[in-house]
Amino acid sequence: MALPVKTTDFLQETGGISVFTGRFFKEAFKPRYEISEFLRQCFVIGYRSLPLIGLTGFIMGLVLTMQLRPSLIEYGVESQLPAMVGIAIVREIGPVITALIFAGKIGSSIGAELGSMKVTEQIDAMEVSGTNPFKYLVVTRVAASTLMLPILVMISDAISLFGSYIGVNINGITSFPLFYTQVFNNLGFSDVLPAFVKSFFFGFAVGIISCYKGFYSNKGTEGVGQSANSSVVISSITIFVIDLIAVQITNVLNLN
Amino acid sequence: MEAQTIVQPEKKKSNQDVIIIKHLNKSFGSNKVLVDFNINLEKDENLVVMGKSGSGKSVLIKCIIGLLEPDSGTIEIFGRNIPDLDRNELDEIRAKVGFLFQGNALYDSMTVRQNLEFPLRRHWMNVNQPEVNKLVQEALDDVGLKHTINMMPAELSGGMRKRIALARTLILKPEIILYDEPTTGLDPGTAKEIIELIVAIQKKYRSSSLIISHDMNCVRLAADRVVMLIDGRCYAEGTYDSLKKSGDPKIKDLIE
Repeated sequence: MALPVKTTDFLQETGGISVFTGRFFKEAFKPRYEISEFLRQCFVIGYRSLPLIGLTGFIMGLVLTMQLRPSLIEYGVESQLPAMVGIAIVREIGPVITALIFAGKIGSSIGAELGSMKVTEQIDAMEVSGTNPFKYLVVTRVAASTLMLPILVMISDAISLFGSYIGVNINGITSFPLFYTQVFNNLGFSDVLPAFVKSFFFGFAVGIISCYKGFYSNKGTEGVGQSANSSVVISSITIFVIDLIAVQITNVLNLN
Repeated sequence: MEAQTIVQPEKKKSNQDVIIIKHLNKSFGSNKVLVDFNINLEKDENLVVMGKSGSGKSVLIKCIIGLLEPDSGTIEIFGRNIPDLDRNELDEIRAKVGFLFQGNALYDSMTVRQNLEFPLRRHWMNVNQPEVNKLVQEALDDVGLKHTINMMPAELSGGMRKRIALARTLILKPEIILYDEPTTGLDPGTAKEIIELIVAIQKKYRSSSLIISHDMNCVRLAADRVVMLIDGRCYAEGTYDSLKKSGDPKIKDLIE
């Protein structure tokens, strides 16, 4: 009995991404290493994402603080605001929101770029120019996004906390050292490490899914748009799935 | 089915075949694109393979360069069977075989200089910068576009992009050049310039050329010998003039 089309599509896509991931690990550790292209991708993926990540991080910290404040006042625990915002940002909101923005900016960009290269035969041109396009285009981008996202998350967390400091001071006066002392006194190793580790997986998922969608793009220019779009959609869903798995693992390991 | 030889070329340029294709078969699902296809390309020869759109011309040329794997048959270039070669061996052959893509396949994110340097640096890893500069200048001089060296492909016209793609093909001084529809998408005047350039380059570098085309001007001006690809087979071969005189309806249909 044939499976419904949507189910077979899902299984084909999952299988395709799994094989693609296997090929990534096979190719990534074999010479020739594309160091200069990897560094260029780190610059493009990491540095050029900073303004967007920084801005959204700042707004996220500011808004979260302003939204939480009335509830905490109601329960008489307003003084705990920096601690609560700090934990929320570092453990969950920072990594997930940053990863989602990263998927939107970098995922769509990789999907469209590789898709466009595919339909205009640029990938074939690389192949005949003595270059392994998988290594040059895929391995470098996946490695760069895996490495850059955790760094962006750390920067975003820092900017969010600054946004939160501004938010706290809109309706009151809290000194800079007091705010940060309250934040860091309530943050532990078990808050920072799982969030940091899972952001590597978020980065890897965005990189591999976007490269897969771009690398196997077809149907001409329409396919390029589809690649960009599905890169973002599938990456975003995968980020939530990884987050769900990560929280279960941290529970099992008593890191909560 | 044997090729129907209308008239053999009056004078063979040499007795040395640089490409020999025997019993080549290639299908996509139930669609048989190439069926028991046989041709040879002699040294210093301009061979044009003619066929209607969708007749399998591009599939043939991609099988020759190793971008597609044939179902069966042999493709010998300089005595080595392409389907049997691993990636490194294939790269050695590709360094001696230039490929001009139908859509030019210039790298959008690179300048003209970087586009030309790319195959040089990938195939000849030990080449130094002064030598690279000299070869880039020489290739651009050959196509008459020295002034475009720092421009991006998007800034160039269709004819200029074709010339730059040709310069990129020439930069490695290939012994064989494969052209996939070199005049597609160009106005008649520019197309004629490109054909004249192809002929001039063949004379200057004494390279062998296999040109895939359905443009009669290209066939008339560039071909030493013409092969007609009909129904996936080598239907007829001969000089342009001899084929033009043929009474065969399929040949007449194609040539007129």
